Amino acid sequence: MSRIEALDTVSGQLAALAAGSATAIALVERSLERAAALVELNALITTTADAARATAARLTPGSGPLAGVPFAQKDLFCTRGVRTTCGSRMLADFIAPYDATVSERLNAAGAVSIGKANMDEFAMGSSNENSFFGPVRNPWDRQRVPGGSSGGSAALVAAGVVPFATGSDTGGSVRQPAALCGVVGLKPTYGRVSRYGMVAYASSLDQAGVLAHTADDCARVLAAIAGADPRDATCSTRPLDDYVGALGSGVRGLRIGVVAEYFGAGVDPAVAQAVRGALQVLEREGAVLVDVRLPSLPLSIPAYYVLAPAEASSNLARYDGVRFGHRCDAPTDLADLYGRSRAEGFGTEVKRRILAGTYVLSAGYYDAYYRRAQRVRRLIANDYQRAFTEVDLLAGPTAPDVAFALGEKAADPLAMYAADVNTVAVNLAGLPAISVPAGFVTGLPVGLQLVGPAFGETRLLAAAHALQLVSDWHLQAPGAAA
Amino acid sequence: MALDSATLVHLARLARLSLGASELELLGADLDRTLAMIDQLQQIDVNGLEPLAQPQAPDTGNRVDSVTEEDHSAQLLGLSPAAEGGYFLVPKVIE
Repeated sequence: MSRIEALDTVSGQLAALAAGSATAIALVERSLERAAALVELNALITTTADAARATAARLTPGSGPLAGVPFAQKDLFCTRGVRTTCGSRMLADFIAPYDATVSERLNAAGAVSIGKANMDEFAMGSSNENSFFGPVRNPWDRQRVPGGSSGGSAALVAAGVVPFATGSDTGGSVRQPAALCGVVGLKPTYGRVSRYGMVAYASSLDQAGVLAHTADDCARVLAAIAGADPRDATCSTRPLDDYVGALGSGVRGLRIGVVAEYFGAGVDPAVAQAVRGALQVLEREGAVLVDVRLPSLPLSIPAYYVLAPAEASSNLARYDGVRFGHRCDAPTDLADLYGRSRAEGFGTEVKRRILAGTYVLSAGYYDAYYRRAQRVRRLIANDYQRAFTEVDLLAGPTAPDVAFALGEKAADPLAMYAADVNTVAVNLAGLPAISVPAGFVTGLPVGLQLVGPAFGETRLLAAAHALQLVSDWHLQAPGAAA
Repeated sequence: MALDSATLVHLARLARLSLGASELELLGADLDRTLAMIDQLQQIDVNGLEPLAQPQAPDTGNRVDSVTEEDHSAQLLGLSPAAEGGYFLVPKVIE
């Protein structure tokens, strides 16, 4: 394995820019060259080379906390003048007339977008095989998936194209691809980051997140994107913590709950061993490991597959072929216009979830499915709440296995769903979580997931940072292995 | 519990998805399996549990009731696959 360079990280690029050993233009060119060399990863849907060069040329060095740092944005953040496809034929030509708040804030911080990252259609999937624009390949092994739905974002960071990328996480879509690609993935607390201009999948679960090589880098980006937004009523007005300043807090005395259910059936023993090894590193740094139970965790998958499709079927009702998006040819009447535009515009997984959501919300089934799933969601959230009276953080594997082969699970959607149990529960409870590189199994990266109490991002980032100070899993680069 | 074809056709119509017979059959089989999986929720005692609709209650309060957006109608109409004279075009709905 080769190792990542200082210029592969946000902090390294900022240091080089401050020292004058790099310029914004040179960093953009570096990213664009790498993107071109790695085009077969299929990680970018749209590359905005000219705009990136123009932005970098205009930048005043030091004018913002991320001034001159290139990045990629998951293609569900609306970008004014640049198409936002959401990985779907439905939006293949959609050019938003405004910027998402996350994009706007990164622009204001001086970060330079080089393009829009590939993703599972409408953020539905765990392998990035559901994109209308084709699957993304994992930089560690190009015959394997990068995870999803933020697969393009994870692959771009892992391959050293950009030092960070944005993602979104409804059931693990930042953390699981981060784990499978060997990078850090931060999903903030529900409501910590504005979702204005982030195409909706399941509104009570969706949250914007960050992928980068280090917790330090994630903290810098979170500081730039988090905080109240009058255009998103679900975005909290709670003051921001000092994410970067608190990085050095360490883990001495920190109680980390090792969740028995996170290591349950289906977790590869070698993955479990790697994750336990990483936890022992934190223990040596002064953390106290405590056995914890989350008995309702196995109910997360059935509860999620009622609630998320229900919300999706409602959110995706807006794609009707009338106001924007794909429209079928020569509709005979309004029903034909709706029905054919949607059948042509959406891919299989999206249709699957729309049908499931329509079913559980249909007359006579609402209480039996939707209302009941909301009550089970309460049970799961209560489990977490109880656990956090005993410990400061919870830990376990992010995903049960390393990256699987392209096509391996495509025929069995339920097997793909089941693998997300450790990440999905966190969204149901609305909590912050981070996936951190924790070792390798057969040359492929493994992720440790740490989960915090609501608005506990500083604690999460400090623990991940403490691990990265004394481990080097995150410094390995896929170059030689690919 | 297998959904019959009449139920599936009704469901596709509710979802406004014009699906061919073979696609509907495949998606119906997947839906059967999904429903069997989520049926385990029926075994759970949910008495006394308040439904959880959203994990963190919004703390934003009410906004001042004032217009904050400019008129973007021309721009928005420009996104439409079919617009004319300031309106979105759809097939005729009134005979």
